[in-house]
Amino acid sequence: MKGEPKELKIKVNGKFFELRVRPKALLSDVLRKDLKLTGTKRGCLESTCGVCTVILDGKAVRSCSVLALQANGHEVTTIEGLAEEDKLHPIQEAFIKHGAIECGFCIPGRVMMAKALLDENPNPTREEVRLAMQGILCADSGYVKQIEAVEIAAEKMRGGE
Amino acid sequence: MMKDFEYFAPKTVEEALSLLFQYKGEAKIIAGGQSILVVMRQGLLALENVVDIKGITALDYITYDEKEGLRIGALTTHRAIEKSSIIQKHFRVLSEMEGNLATIQTRNWGTIGGNLCHGDPAGDPAPVLIALEAKLKLKSLSGERIIAMGEFSKDMLEVDLEPDEMLIEIQVPAKRPHTGIAQEKLMVMQGDAGIVGAAVSITLKPGDGICEDARVVLSNAASVPLRVKEAEKRLIGKVINYQSLVEASEVASAEADPPSDIHASEEYRREMLKVFVRRASATALERAKTG
Repeated sequence: MKGEPKELKIKVNGKFFELRVRPKALLSDVLRKDLKLTGTKRGCLESTCGVCTVILDGKAVRSCSVLALQANGHEVTTIEGLAEEDKLHPIQEAFIKHGAIECGFCIPGRVMMAKALLDENPNPTREEVRLAMQGILCADSGYVKQIEAVEIAAEKMRGGE
Repeated sequence: MMKDFEYFAPKTVEEALSLLFQYKGEAKIIAGGQSILVVMRQGLLALENVVDIKGITALDYITYDEKEGLRIGALTTHRAIEKSSIIQKHFRVLSEMEGNLATIQTRNWGTIGGNLCHGDPAGDPAPVLIALEAKLKLKSLSGERIIAMGEFSKDMLEVDLEPDEMLIEIQVPAKRPHTGIAQEKLMVMQGDAGIVGAAVSITLKPGDGICEDARVVLSNAASVPLRVKEAEKRLIGKVINYQSLVEASEVASAEADPPSDIHASEEYRREMLKVFVRRASATALERAKTG
C-alpha cells in the first residue's frame, strides 16, 4: 500500500537501530523524530542552507535531501556521536574556545562538515577549509572564526598543540 | 509537503527494469535524489511509485582505456568523478566542472546519471559531455540503445527516456589529439548553479594551428543544453585570434534563447553569455595548443 512503513536498519553513532519508517521520511526526520537526536537541525528543507549536514558512510550529506530508506544498511554519524562521554571532540573544543559559535544554529552541521573534511584530509589548505565551510550558511556571517577554528582543530588532531 | 508513495529499492539493474516495466509510466526513478527531492518537497511533483536505484552498486564505476575511452556508471557520484585520478589525468574539464557543480554535500550523494536524467538546462554536466561528444547507454527489458548526449535533452526537464528505460552508462571517446576543452559559468558563489555557462571544445590542425573542429555548448541559455553551431562556424577553419573569440561569443549569445527569472534577466544573461563563451573558448584554445 502507498506510504506503508518499511523496515530501516541503520547504524547511528555506533548503535544499531531497526525501525519502520514511511518511504517519504527524510533522514533528518528519522534522526530527529524517531531517534530523538535533535542536535541535527533543519533549516531550509530545500537543500540550500546545509545546517542538517550529517556524515553518511564517511561523507558529509544533507540529511534533508536523503530519504531515510536510502540510508538502509548504512552508517550515520551526527553531532551527538562526536564527544566521548564528557570529553568533547577537538573540533567542538576549538569552536568553543575560539569563539566560533554565534547563535549556534548551523554549528552541528558545520562541525560534521569539518569532521568529514578532516577525516579525509587532515592537513587542508585554507582554501579547502573555506570550500567545505561554504556548504553551510551562517546567518550571523561568522565564517572567519569558524574557518580558523577548523584549522586549530586540524592542528590539534594532527598531534600539535 | 511531500505526498506518500510506494517505494522499491532494487539491488540489480534487472530488478529495476522489471519494476519500471511492471509500473509502466506510473513509476519514477530516484538516484541520489538531490534534484527530485527538492521538487517533491515543494509540492511540485507527487509520485505514486518510486524506484530507488541508489543501491545498485554495479552502476558506480569509472574505467578508461585508449581505445574504448572513458566509461562512467550512471550512479557514480559527482564527488567520485571530481576526485578520480583517471578523470583528472585524461578529462580535466570533467573534474573541474564537478568541483563547481554544487556544494560538497550534494556532490557526495548526487549522481551523474540522476543529473542528466533530470534534464535541467541549467545543469553543468550535459554541456560538457556534449562538447566531449559523449554517448549514453540506455537499457530496458527489451534491449539497449546508445544515444548521443546532444540528442538526449528534449525540453525543459524532459529527456529521451522511455518509461521503462533507464540510463546505465556515460561513454566518452578518448580525447582527440590537439584538442582543448574548458567550461566556465557565472556563479554568485562558488558551487552555485550557473546563471549561464559555456563548455567549449577546440581541435587544432597540427602545424599550422588552424581550428579543425569546435563545439560550443551553453547552459541555462534555452530550454535544453544548447549547442550553438553558428558560433562554432566562426571558429572552424581559422587561426583563432582574440577577434574571432569575440565574434563567436557574440554569435553564440544571439543564437541563445535565455530565460528571464529571479536570478537574471534575459538581457543580462545574453551579455554574460558573451563573456563566458569567450573565457571558455580562450582556455580551450590554450589547452589545444599545449595538448
